[in-house]
Amino acid sequence: MELIRHNLPALIVVTPLVMGLLTSIIGRRGLGWWMAMGTTAAGLAMSVQLLVDVLSQGDRTLEYLMGNWPVPFGIGYSVDPLNATVLLIVSLLSAVITLYARKSVASEVPAGKLNFFYALWLFCITGLLGITITGDAFNLYVLLEISSLSTYTLVALGKDRNRRALTSAVNYLVLGSIGACFYLVGVAYLYMATGSLNIADIAERLQPIYASWGTDEPVYQKTVITGFAFMAVGLSLKLALFPLHGWLPNAYTYAPSSVSALLASTATKVGAYAFIRVIFTLVGVGFAFGRLHTDVALMVCSGAAILVGSWLAIRQTNVKKLLAYSSIAQIGYIALGFALANRDGITASVIHLFNHALTKGGMFLALGIVMYRVGGTRLSDLRGLGRKLPITMGAFTAGGLGLIGVPLTSGFISKWYLVSACLERGRYELAGVVLVGSVLALVYVWRVVETIYFGKREDEVTVREAPASMLVPTLILVGASIYFGVDSSFTTHIAGEAADFLLKVKP
Amino acid sequence: MAMIDLPPALPLMAGAVAMTLARGKARWVIGLGAPILALADSWYVITEGAESFVPFLGHTLNPVHLHHATPVFATIFCIAALGGMLFSLHQDRKVEQSSGLWHAGGALGVVFAGDLVTLLVFWELMTLGSLAIIWSGGQKHSYGAGLRYFGMHALGGVAMMIGIVMLVTQRIQTGHADPLAFSHFAEFAAAWPEFSWQTAGPWLILIGMLVNVGAPPFSPWIADAYPEGSSSGTVILSAFTTKTAIFTLLVGFAGFEALIYLGLWMACYGIVYAILENDVRRILAYSIVNQVGFMMVGIGVGTKLSIDGTAAHAFAHIVYKGLLMMSAGSVLAATGKRKCTELGGLYRTMPVTMWCGIIGALSISSFPLTSGFTTKSMIVTGIYQQGELLAQTGASHTHLIVAWFILEAATAGVFLHAGIKFPWFVFFQKDSGLRPPDPPWNMKAAMIGFAAICVLLGVFPGILYEILPYKLAAARYARVVYSFEHVIEMLGLLLFGGLAFFVLLPILKRKETITLDWDWIWRAFIPRMYREVLSPLLAMLQSAQKTVLETLPGRGMHDSSLPAPIARRAAAMWAVSVPVFLIVLMLLVYLVVYFVLPTL
Repeated sequence: MELIRHNLPALIVVTPLVMGLLTSIIGRRGLGWWMAMGTTAAGLAMSVQLLVDVLSQGDRTLEYLMGNWPVPFGIGYSVDPLNATVLLIVSLLSAVITLYARKSVASEVPAGKLNFFYALWLFCITGLLGITITGDAFNLYVLLEISSLSTYTLVALGKDRNRRALTSAVNYLVLGSIGACFYLVGVAYLYMATGSLNIADIAERLQPIYASWGTDEPVYQKTVITGFAFMAVGLSLKLALFPLHGWLPNAYTYAPSSVSALLASTATKVGAYAFIRVIFTLVGVGFAFGRLHTDVALMVCSGAAILVGSWLAIRQTNVKKLLAYSSIAQIGYIALGFALANRDGITASVIHLFNHALTKGGMFLALGIVMYRVGGTRLSDLRGLGRKLPITMGAFTAGGLGLIGVPLTSGFISKWYLVSACLERGRYELAGVVLVGSVLALVYVWRVVETIYFGKREDEVTVREAPASMLVPTLILVGASIYFGVDSSFTTHIAGEAADFLLKVKP
Repeated sequence: MAMIDLPPALPLMAGAVAMTLARGKARWVIGLGAPILALADSWYVITEGAESFVPFLGHTLNPVHLHHATPVFATIFCIAALGGMLFSLHQDRKVEQSSGLWHAGGALGVVFAGDLVTLLVFWELMTLGSLAIIWSGGQKHSYGAGLRYFGMHALGGVAMMIGIVMLVTQRIQTGHADPLAFSHFAEFAAAWPEFSWQTAGPWLILIGMLVNVGAPPFSPWIADAYPEGSSSGTVILSAFTTKTAIFTLLVGFAGFEALIYLGLWMACYGIVYAILENDVRRILAYSIVNQVGFMMVGIGVGTKLSIDGTAAHAFAHIVYKGLLMMSAGSVLAATGKRKCTELGGLYRTMPVTMWCGIIGALSISSFPLTSGFTTKSMIVTGIYQQGELLAQTGASHTHLIVAWFILEAATAGVFLHAGIKFPWFVFFQKDSGLRPPDPPWNMKAAMIGFAAICVLLGVFPGILYEILPYKLAAARYARVVYSFEHVIEMLGLLLFGGLAFFVLLPILKRKETITLDWDWIWRAFIPRMYREVLSPLLAMLQSAQKTVLETLPGRGMHDSSLPAPIARRAAAMWAVSVPVFLIVLMLLVYLVVYFVLPTL
């Protein structure tokens, strides 16, 4: 038992990888889901244990050496309050969505490909967890590609329902590869300057380099700056930060329902985490924000993301696409939080990572039920469903209130911290943007809610409420998003820990 | 007792939820039981002086708190909910009745809110309830009016929320003992008319309240939205939103001088538009603005007597306005008509409705022996006394003299538009040929009950004076309210008002008109700007964009002469190339920013 506990940081990544490989070679149909379910449930247990362990550490970090090779020669995994939280988000969401996926995926993906689907599903989760836990910049790239490549394929598997899944996947493939490539180029530049790939080690070796820049003989100045620029753009794309969000709406819309939910609630969150890590731990906030003023660029981009994303969401007629655009806006809130770089801002960012994953995941699951029962997610498909699918649509509406940030939903907590962070920095215009974003969210959520409850259906189809295996996960996520709005002590505690951790390591 | 610490809003809100599931007799039990329970709980809290605290984000919420004006507003809100429910329960209008209880619950929650977050939460819940009432109204314009109403109040709510966040942040930074507390914004009233970031929070909170109270330029929402409720929905609507805002102003901004001017404007605005109006329920809606204007002046003056007067007037106003709306609602329910020009001569067959309407009309005109006389005049006297006091100390008191004159004139004006115009055109005047019967028993019972309260408060004002914020000031006033001069003065005013009505009758006879107001800006001007300026501009931009795109390399990819697969592939490529271009552009921007800016 002690052996397992000691090796948790490795196991949490290796288990889904191995199980994914096994799933891809087993022949029995129907076993794929069981393996995925078992693996993700175990992953959830492991991430909870890791979070507990790390919070009990005095310095709030857990180091793990792969094969006991000392860093910077080997790959080191390090767990701190920030990535323990993200690990929890990823494994919680993947477990709940896997529970849901069984019937939904069976109805959207050909039966012959189900095992293949779950193998990719596990690889994707492997990549996401790995990005989060690794302490090595190059290893991060590898895991980024593992998760991305499997995601492209998962999106393409929506092709039987809509052929556009294929073009969306190709589109995503091209852009995602460019993004990853940019990140890799950035890592290469930093490697050139520092000769190291371990994040903590690079950060340490960058200090003398920074110190030399004020003098007559600046060392590697252009190299480091160019490297960071490549990383910033590459990660902005992975995070789908406006204006590099082009791949996101179609990928979310045409992917199978469960894949949309998994992507929306975890993939961009992990991208945001990687960006935070690069800024705060790798190059240091003094360099990225203090010297290069990346914070201003991020504030502009995230402000625009909030406004443009919400505005475009208002104009959508496909509800899945509407949620996708809303995600772009919500990513804006997350990026804005860490761009402010004060305690409230980072707290808001981390809380919103968590809350938005729950809320948006729950809403995509509710839409998946609509897809399962009605066969489409256009606004016209949702007309009058309030009476036919009362529980599902109630969950969807509750999630929508969370997106707006109505008090007593978790969205309110995130926005509260975000607005206070803006005001603390004296950024009144950004506080205004956040609140205008809420009003726009009100409009797009209202459009859907109105259709659901007041729309009249022409075709009187008989639609039954979804099976329990789909309803329960939806209710878990939406219920959790409401719960953390009423009692926010857990989320604010861990987010506060994460913020303290990040600001403490500020060079 | 088990009820301890329970916010009195809860019975109403629980009732609202239960109402959605109930049918038959159970609806009656819930509809009447919930307000009674809420009243009992309110008075339990008031007599015990109970408080309750809930931890929240490292601060403390205080959802059960007694402000000085809480007893009077809590009592009247429960009574109004009870009356409104009784008036509507014979109909099967579950959405409206449930949201009516919800709306009332929100209002009651605000009245007991001891902190700004609770205030905001209940404030928004209240708005949602009223929106549902309007939408379930089933009138011709209910949907559009509801949308406009909601847009307006959503903006007000957002202003309030920003204000609260700013204020709380500031208080935390300056080490305030209880940063969330909702109490008198004393520093703010003192700083007027200076404007700085330090006072921006209270300003935004004030704006949020002013939207709900219907202060200019937000006044038109009242006459736009309220008449679009159903015959019974409007009764509920008329009671809560504006008076809740009055309560919050009374607590937060008493003595803030700018409110005097806003109030005077509202008092006049209401009269002018009500005189011009033809729709009976819109007349009554405009007269809400007018009456609330009186209360605003009372708050702006801010002496003990004027505060008491405001609270007492709010109490009386809710009752007689509800009564008038019930009377108009009975007519609407029986005839389906809302306009003065289509009604008339109904006294023959609707005696109960007529008498109750007349009692309401006399009360709103503050006729002696009605509730208006014993409450509204308290505000006017409060102004007069404050004016005298300032004159003795030699301070500037011109604005109070002006305010006093305008309110005296407005008192006569009220008689003109609501006191005589409403009953005259509806129940007397020419015979419209309509012979509708009096409404069902429960509607009659609600009207008679409210009419009885009007008379009761007129004859025994002491009952109400007992629960006012400053009992002493009111008790002193009770001794002079029925003095000879006061009665004669009021009768004189009213008689001349009445005389004016019949002299001007030919002019006042309404034709079907539409009256122009501030709302022209958002109902006509902004849409027209969009249609005629913005969208042509956008169209121009679009054509320019098209030209640019077509001159770019790779044009003709939508060319229909190409074989279909090639065209499709070209389109897919195009979909990728724009984002790729953006990526490269972003990299360029970053590099330029990183290398050029630090050297500048």
